[in-house]
Amino acid sequence: MTAQKNRGALSIRNVTKIYDPEGVNVMAVDNCSMEIAAGEVCMIVGPSGCGKTTLLNAIAGFHSITHGEILLDGEMLCGPGKPKADMGAERMVVFQHGALFPWKTLAENVAYGPIVQGVLPKKQALEKAREMLAEAGIGNVLDKYPGEVSSGMSRRAEIVRALINDPKVLLLDEPYRAMDALTKSIMHESLLETYDRTKVTIFFITHDLEEAIFLGDKVHVVTTRPCQLKKTVEVNIPRPRSYETQSSEEFRILMEEVNEAVHEEAIKAFQAGERELA
Amino acid sequence: MTDIAQPSTHAAAPVTPRRRSALQKLVQNQSLWRGILAIIVFLILWEIGARWDEWFGREWMIPGVGLIPPPTDVAAAWVEVLPKPGYWESWYSSFKRVLSGFLMAMLLGIPFGLMLAVNKYFRDVFFPPFEILRPIPPLAWVPASLIFWPTNEMSIAFITFLGAFFTIVINVLGGARNIDVRYLRAAQSMGASQWDLFSKIILPGTLPSIFTGAAVGMGITWEVVLAAEMISGGGTQGGGGLGFFIWNSYMGGSLEQIVVGMISVGIAGYLCSTAIRMIGDWYMPWKRLH
Repeated sequence: MTAQKNRGALSIRNVTKIYDPEGVNVMAVDNCSMEIAAGEVCMIVGPSGCGKTTLLNAIAGFHSITHGEILLDGEMLCGPGKPKADMGAERMVVFQHGALFPWKTLAENVAYGPIVQGVLPKKQALEKAREMLAEAGIGNVLDKYPGEVSSGMSRRAEIVRALINDPKVLLLDEPYRAMDALTKSIMHESLLETYDRTKVTIFFITHDLEEAIFLGDKVHVVTTRPCQLKKTVEVNIPRPRSYETQSSEEFRILMEEVNEAVHEEAIKAFQAGERELA
Repeated sequence: MTDIAQPSTHAAAPVTPRRRSALQKLVQNQSLWRGILAIIVFLILWEIGARWDEWFGREWMIPGVGLIPPPTDVAAAWVEVLPKPGYWESWYSSFKRVLSGFLMAMLLGIPFGLMLAVNKYFRDVFFPPFEILRPIPPLAWVPASLIFWPTNEMSIAFITFLGAFFTIVINVLGGARNIDVRYLRAAQSMGASQWDLFSKIILPGTLPSIFTGAAVGMGITWEVVLAAEMISGGGTQGGGGLGFFIWNSYMGGSLEQIVVGMISVGIAGYLCSTAIRMIGDWYMPWKRLH
């Protein structure tokens, strides 16, 4: 995996998404704009069900948008006249509850992309998958099925499955949500290590403020539904970061700053008492 | 160098778990022994129940139970029929009917169910008639198929096929429609074509439901075959199958043979479902772990 430069810049411009289930309009995203530079780790933080995932789905091409446009490296993914982006390997998603195919071993899962794209013959794709999994530190469970390994290992394998396609952007939707703190910290370090190696643009949705600051270059705090950009916090902690970073003074100050913005929205979201959007 | 290497190799010395031989595994298999014990206890209780009036007199008879032949008598009747070719021909005929009907149902039902699941137009056209025909019990088809099909054998095969077909289709359809959308999205993002999506995601994702449908369908097939054999009289010369064997024993007034026929059907059904389970395990290695 070569370090990438100047690829993977995302522009989200005035995006609005209105769901229309049976005539009841629900505005999930309202005129939301953000610029994500190439190779940036961009963390999206906001209350539950605020429409963050809707944004991610629009970038990935799973859902259409109602207004606005999204561009990747200057090219329109979706916008006027083309409400829904095509799905493509340059934007790989790591899902909230994991989506490794249960009927394939970890190595087969990782090799899937290159095989179906016809980039590599099956044998070489599997070989490469094994190499990359070993590099990610899970070489010992290559031939196990996802049901046989821990959630931490399967999530790591899923990130490898995304990276083998050499994506411009990695879209992560609360990938570590259900994990305990210890596993999470290991996952963070491994993701940072991966990022330092690949410099892939990362669009990462989370609730976890510490996670957001620890991993991100920028933390975008968004409002409760409809989702709008509320505040952007720059994280100027130098990389590579290690776990001790979290006990530094600058980390604490950033936490306070983000927390303040998020807390307001959390209260609003709670009072609205709305059901989470899918 | 060696100083450092030594303790690490020592620590890495493999701890081999003690391997047990197949015989040891068999002897130590508690579930198996419990199962065997349960069957023995059941047989003893049955024997006691059946001989109650014989041992304790009519006034102590448990209502109904006294009419059932005790297992020892059944075993004797079984030994009597075992060498007779007619008994084995009954097995053969029933098995032939079950398997042909079942395989036809799988062969047509799996593609049909998958088509219903993946193609909206196909579903719009074929699902409504399917849903109207589905609630009709297979046995309700007996008179009509006896009239429509030229031979007895063909009408039995047809009814058997129906019994499994609807169950398999419904299971395949449900399984394929319930595949997690995340798998489909992930595959599509990675560049899967429509065919890849079908063969590598939808098909393996539906396999568990296919086997559930097969297991249930197999059970229904045996039910239907037995009933059809009793109704049609099953022709002559032992071609009647186990259903006719039971019916014939009833007409001949041999209670013991009726029970022999019933248990034979039980064993046959057990063999079939075990086979399906084994094939399922073989086809779905990822399911074996849990």
